[in-house]
Amino acid sequence: MLVAPQVAITLVFFFWPAAQAIWYSFQLQDAFGLKTQFVGLQNFSTLFNDSYYLASFKVTALFSALVAFFGLAISLLLATMADRVVRGAMAYKTLLIWPYAVAPAVAGVLWAFLFAPSIGIVTYVLKSMGIDWNWILRGDQAMLLVVIAAVWKQISYNFLFFLAGLQSIPRSLIEAASIDGASPLRRFWTIVFPLLSPTTFFLLVVNMVYAFFDTFGIIDATTQGGPAQATQILVYKVYHDGVKAGDLGGSSAQSVILMVIVIALTVAQFRYIERKVQY
Amino acid sequence: MRLKNFALPTAALALSFALPAHAQTEIQWWHSMGGALGEALNGLADKFNASQKDYKVVATYKGQYPESMTAAIAAFRAGNAPHLLQVFEVGTATMMAAKGAIVPVATVMANANEPFDPKAYLPTVVGYYTDLKGNMLSFPFNSSTVMFYINKDAFKKAGLDPNKAPKTWKEVLAAADKLKASGQECVYTTSWPSWMHIENFSAWHNVPIGTKQNGMGGLDTVFTINSPLHVRHIAMLGDMSKKGLFTYAGRTNQGDAKFSSGECAMFSGSAGAQAGIKKAAKFDWSINFIPYHDDVPGAPQNSIIGGASVWVMGGKKPDEYKGVAKFMAFLSRPDIQMEWHTTTGYVPITQASYELTRKSGFYDKNPGADMPVKQLTNKAPTENSKGLRFGNFVQGRTVIEEELENVFAGKKDAKTALDDAVRRGNEILRQFEAANK
Repeated sequence: MLVAPQVAITLVFFFWPAAQAIWYSFQLQDAFGLKTQFVGLQNFSTLFNDSYYLASFKVTALFSALVAFFGLAISLLLATMADRVVRGAMAYKTLLIWPYAVAPAVAGVLWAFLFAPSIGIVTYVLKSMGIDWNWILRGDQAMLLVVIAAVWKQISYNFLFFLAGLQSIPRSLIEAASIDGASPLRRFWTIVFPLLSPTTFFLLVVNMVYAFFDTFGIIDATTQGGPAQATQILVYKVYHDGVKAGDLGGSSAQSVILMVIVIALTVAQFRYIERKVQY
Repeated sequence: MRLKNFALPTAALALSFALPAHAQTEIQWWHSMGGALGEALNGLADKFNASQKDYKVVATYKGQYPESMTAAIAAFRAGNAPHLLQVFEVGTATMMAAKGAIVPVATVMANANEPFDPKAYLPTVVGYYTDLKGNMLSFPFNSSTVMFYINKDAFKKAGLDPNKAPKTWKEVLAAADKLKASGQECVYTTSWPSWMHIENFSAWHNVPIGTKQNGMGGLDTVFTINSPLHVRHIAMLGDMSKKGLFTYAGRTNQGDAKFSSGECAMFSGSAGAQAGIKKAAKFDWSINFIPYHDDVPGAPQNSIIGGASVWVMGGKKPDEYKGVAKFMAFLSRPDIQMEWHTTTGYVPITQASYELTRKSGFYDKNPGADMPVKQLTNKAPTENSKGLRFGNFVQGRTVIEEELENVFAGKKDAKTALDDAVRRGNEILRQFEAANK
């Protein structure tokens, strides 16, 4: 009985929309919802016959892997450093946490300005170094840009958790290791990293979900999936087709596919990676 | 005492119930004009409200074009759509297919007995929003077209005649080589690549974008943008891109800033870009007709519009539609059109307002301001040049732009890219056809 409110909230706010998305994904509807036809799996078969849609799986996989990896690696590095800082620790930590308060779309615009092909500051520096920077036309550079923006946005969050995780590791263990003559690097890999694994695992799941779902704001504000679909991740296409183009059936079918992928990924992570986690 | 205390509020209450019967009828208008354009639009609404007592137009900014359309669709599904909705030109087919959600402007005007003559409007402007029987479906509110701009100072520096803007693509190429040789880093750029290099390119050369009169004749239309002429043009742009004579700026209006900052010497973009260029450019420039291939018979034809029109939504009270009709008649008045045209740079939509603006001497003081109208009315529009109507064209345009990017980046040749654009675009058209049977 005590969990009843929670169950009710979950049902209304999570299962109801999800069920509706599944229901829409079997339908063909005009934008105003005046005419609705049940078309079975046609929306799905259209998607899977579209080589461009299949290509965006690859893009999404690459994007998520890059965002999760660099997001975790950089913030772990920063957290380890912050953990050692004695003076000005507060200011340092506050500054690092700041980007989390920035909306994804704003983060995207910010980086897009810095890297803008003709007026960006970074572009200017890159040009003086002889690098031809034009992400408007070059797909790899566009990918780099959205990854940087997405990682930057997520570092604060990861940083907070890593820092808390680091601080909960008993000092005595590390001190004992240093008395035994272990180098800082070795202390990190053999003691800190394994003890940090529950945090790392949790963050891996969160970052994957972030890269899959929360990044369309960044993409919309910068590349809008271009050039030529180089940054067309699955969730952006859901947003573009559903919200901007009014194609509800196709967009719902895509979100159902996305839902299945994330469920599968999370299950896989819990089954295989969690085994290596030491609590 | 007690009674008095009671009576007064009661009377007030009764009065407040009685009031709406005499009060103004409100007409909700959702639009997407931000900044200075929004102020100009509010000015029109205020002027209308001051001109009569029965109706009050309430203009509300609902975000950019796709956002306000989404908001209106959601509101319609919930049963409280606005009376008037401003929709961008690529949303025309979606709105038109939604019978029951909208009322054709011609019907609204006829029911309200408002004088209304479709012939008073510029054919290229009104043709875009008219069905095959000649009924005006939506009110062409803000229309622009694509123009060709040159930086005269850069032309001078390259030893070219600044008063002779290139008229053909051959001349553009010749000028481009000279500009490049004079050290110009960005020679030519464009905004809105699909609108300029596919849609307007086709109309300007009098070739179809799709079958069935560019989709106006029925939902069973297919794209025809992989014709030899299209392939040749896109291949030329791809070649220019490779040689550094064409700098791709992006899918929307990013090219505007590249020109007004002086980075690019030649530029094709909306006629509406003039205001921004006037403000930002520190050089002498001119606005011209878009270039054409001079070996194509009949070219140049006329360009087509972009921008937005105002749709009347369905399910409202007859009295409210009367107000809507009055407002549309007000918006068509030559003096009102002239005010909108001269403050915003959008083209005047009636012949009379164009004449009035000319007589006022505005074009003498602002040379080039009448170029968009001249280009739109260059010749009487044909089936290929009166506009286009493709379902889900928001997605269709994205497909075209993706394929163009493939060519500009040198990843695909023009023929393959345009074939792919046609194939993928047609799939979207079939989907729309199936959904709107």
